Amino acid sequence: MAVSFVPLSTTAGVPHFAWLSSRGGLAAIALAAVMLFVVVPICNLVVPAGSTFHLSDYWVTLGGKIMCYAIVALAMDLIWGYTGILSLGHGLFFALGGYAMGMYLMRSIGRDGVYQSNLPDFMVFLDWKAYPWYWSFTDHFWYAALLVVLVPGLLAFVFGYFAFRSRIKGVYFSIITQALTYAAMLLFFRNDTGFGGNNGFTDFKRILGFPITAPSTRMALFVITAAALLGFLALGRAIVRSKLGRVLTAIRDAESRVMFSGYNPLWFKLFIWTLSAVICGIAGALYVPQVGIINPSEMSPANSIEIAIWTAVGGRGTLIGPVIGAAVVNLGKSWFTQTLPEYWLFALGLVFILVTLFLPRGIAGLWRRRAS
Amino acid sequence: MTGILTSGVGDRSGGIGGRVAHDGVDISHRGILYLESISVSFDGFKALNDLNLTIDAGELRCVIGPNGAGKTTMMDVVTGKTRPDAGTAFFGQTIDLTRLSEPEIADRGIGRKFQKPTVFANHSVFENLELARKADKRVWPTLTAKLDSTAHGRIMAILETIKLTSEAGRLAGLLSHGQKQWLEIGMLLMQEPQLLLLDEPVAGMTDDETMRSAELFRSLAGDYTLVVVEHDMDFVARIADRVTVLHEGHVLAEGSMQQVQENEQVIEVFLGR
Repeated sequence: MAVSFVPLSTTAGVPHFAWLSSRGGLAAIALAAVMLFVVVPICNLVVPAGSTFHLSDYWVTLGGKIMCYAIVALAMDLIWGYTGILSLGHGLFFALGGYAMGMYLMRSIGRDGVYQSNLPDFMVFLDWKAYPWYWSFTDHFWYAALLVVLVPGLLAFVFGYFAFRSRIKGVYFSIITQALTYAAMLLFFRNDTGFGGNNGFTDFKRILGFPITAPSTRMALFVITAAALLGFLALGRAIVRSKLGRVLTAIRDAESRVMFSGYNPLWFKLFIWTLSAVICGIAGALYVPQVGIINPSEMSPANSIEIAIWTAVGGRGTLIGPVIGAAVVNLGKSWFTQTLPEYWLFALGLVFILVTLFLPRGIAGLWRRRAS
Repeated sequence: MTGILTSGVGDRSGGIGGRVAHDGVDISHRGILYLESISVSFDGFKALNDLNLTIDAGELRCVIGPNGAGKTTMMDVVTGKTRPDAGTAFFGQTIDLTRLSEPEIADRGIGRKFQKPTVFANHSVFENLELARKADKRVWPTLTAKLDSTAHGRIMAILETIKLTSEAGRLAGLLSHGQKQWLEIGMLLMQEPQLLLLDEPVAGMTDDETMRSAELFRSLAGDYTLVVVEHDMDFVARIADRVTVLHEGHVLAEGSMQQVQENEQVIEVFLGR
């Protein structure tokens, strides 16, 4: 786990203790890979249900879901922890990726819906006779996969270009992103937007021809999500250790000096912002087939704020921190919502306050404090 | 940065010619910075009022004047932070500063030190210099950039110049005030600028540090052009080739320190009327 407790920037050319801990980091990643790619599949699929070592489908789905959240938290950390731009609209990019994948999953239902029509049930219900134009080609998986990347990416690029060019910063930027996701939620709530209104998409039957609820399909989705998480961790590590990563942190700490050093912050912010949105979109696309539903509540302002909380709890400006934060908070959430459902929001609020007061560097900060 | 270079450079001796040939600022008529009839007003207050200022390549010019005289605004105009309401600002003969953004101006060869030392607190001293180093500063080249031995050598040389070699691995935020000032100057030098604008560079320095700064600036003049805004008159007297006195956004007097000190208008403004 030591990988992320290396200082934000690793030094080029100067003796530094950083490289020492990177070996431990690689070992931790290898261990995680073995757990996720070998141990979990065996415990779920091979070990018989009665055994102590059996892992139920419930835990597999929960694990897959939490890894999706962890990817989102990681994306949030790149833009917030490293670049200092707090987005309160990242739930939107997550939901858009989820909707893009959901369109494909809806098309894959075929005639197995309640009304046994070619159209999804909600369109039959609205008495629509054909798919709207923007549903074209979504029956092809690869086209839908392209949308998963392009839709959040393009929206983020255009929005970010105008916001960063106008030098909108700090709390103003956060509020605008919050408004953006709220506006999108209202749009998606409308039935005639063509995305199933407040029910969204659900009742999926299959993905790429495989039955979506079969244990082997679930396990495949779990493994793909795990691979995505580890892949994005590696990508994030490569970015924050590059010179570009150091420029991002420099923008966070002294943007005017960055500008007068000859870097145009606009393009650097836009790069990491768009990348962050795309990563969220991919997380959303992995999330929807595992939980079996996507609806506009994913775009609610509260969801986006929760993403920021995962990141803060885990530790901003470290890569592993947000992953830990997403896992801890969501495990807590699933425990609370089963045993004490009405107290969950209080607990979440309390955790956030305690972390802000006593652990400004989050859970990951505990290790760093001990190391130094 | 195409070769806007013209005649007149080759026959100048010393470091300036080579540096300019590399960077492409046209200083064929001696001047490196031309401010003509610049006016800037904020909510009716005229921060700069028909300011005319020419700086020769390689000189060390000090700009003095009471608070609110427009010294910092003048630097803002030159570095693209503030657009003038009227007037022209040229870098060399050809580069119109009023049409360029801050990073573009920095890239053309104008470095600026802020009044309050501004360094990247969470990066090491070494990394601060690395980030400032003259390079292709677009996104992709920055992502794939590798530090080669020339760059490494250059950083080590600048560390030596600013006397921070032993602090190379330290976070810049942990440096003393004076060290931060020096680091920022080092960062400017890494940019390989033609022109350095230094806003109160020795504020908050100990006498010893101030003395060493004076030596440093004197050694830079000639290879670089320096414009220094400073309140410390002893310091100005020690380093300046020429002094410009600003008052109410306008040039009041210009000349050697002695000429300026004997100027009646200057005495009036500084000693009260």
